[in-house]
Amino acid sequence: MTVNEIKERLSLTILGGQKGLNNQVSGGYVSDLLSDVMGNADAAQVWITLQTHKNVMAIASLKDLAAVILINNHQPDEDMLGQSNEEGIPVLATSLSAFEVTGKLYELLK
Amino acid sequence: MHFEYQIEGGNFTRAGFASSEIKKMMKQLNVDMGVIKRTVVSTYEAEVNVVAHAFSGTIYVDLDEEKIVIQLQDQGPGIPDIDQAMKEGFSTASSAVREMGFGAGMGLPNIKRNADDFQITSEVNKGTNVKITMFFNK
Ligand SMILES: Nc1ncnc2c1ncn2[C@@H]1O[C@H](COP(=O)(O)OP(=O)(O)O)[C@@H](O)[C@H]1O
Ligand SMILES: [Mg+2]
Repeated sequence: MTVNEIKERLSLTILGGQKGLNNQVSGGYVSDLLSDVMGNADAAQVWITLQTHKNVMAIASLKDLAAVILINNHQPDEDMLGQSNEEGIPVLATSLSAFEVTGKLYELLK
Repeated sequence: MHFEYQIEGGNFTRAGFASSEIKKMMKQLNVDMGVIKRTVVSTYEAEVNVVAHAFSGTIYVDLDEEKIVIQLQDQGPGIPDIDQAMKEGFSTASSAVREMGFGAGMGLPNIKRNADDFQITSEVNKGTNVKITMFFNK
């Protein structure tokens, strides 16, 4: 499944990184601890988090993640969006909580 | 091949830059993706530790056909008890740093788990040296 299909099915708003909408998604990882993501997430996963600063994109890029989903309507910092566009890693937003959006994404991908 | 990168303590906007350059270089050299992934985790955590805990630092990268050696030398407070610092969950990070999602105390354990060889030495009130070695054919 692509990031774009997930965006459509979960009614996510795309905020940046449109170039990466065709990225393939293999799964997801949910965490607000950066070292946890660094150590345990894997390439092509979607990262679900409330962190909204530029380091999120640095990690997403280093780990070759497919996209980042910001929960509870959290808005990314300007420089986070800048790096999302540069790297072509989509940043998507939802009004849902981490619990709800993770449940829905799990259903889609399983 | 030899490369050097400077790290500025406290400047989180540039954290991960050197790790990203090292990753690109290894990809160009067609190093095994699994080795690159483990190098990225180790190097990023060591780089962030200089940003989060020290004043300034330098990364020295040496690369040949068999291995990459990444040494991080910083000027900073040093680590009084390395065994304690290596424990999963131990962190002296400030609350501002924790709010960003850093400071979970998982950095040094992540390095230990991912590096083929990992050496750390430190002198209080002077600085810390981290040496990460990754072998290409393993
Ligand atoms: N380069 C460094 N200079 C000074 N202290 C360090 C350095 N690296 C690690 N430390 C100490 O070791 C602790 C554990 O490091 P780490 O496992 O990376 O967790 P974290 O960085 O999340 O606190 C840090 O909180 C800090 O006290
Ligand atoms: Mg750390």
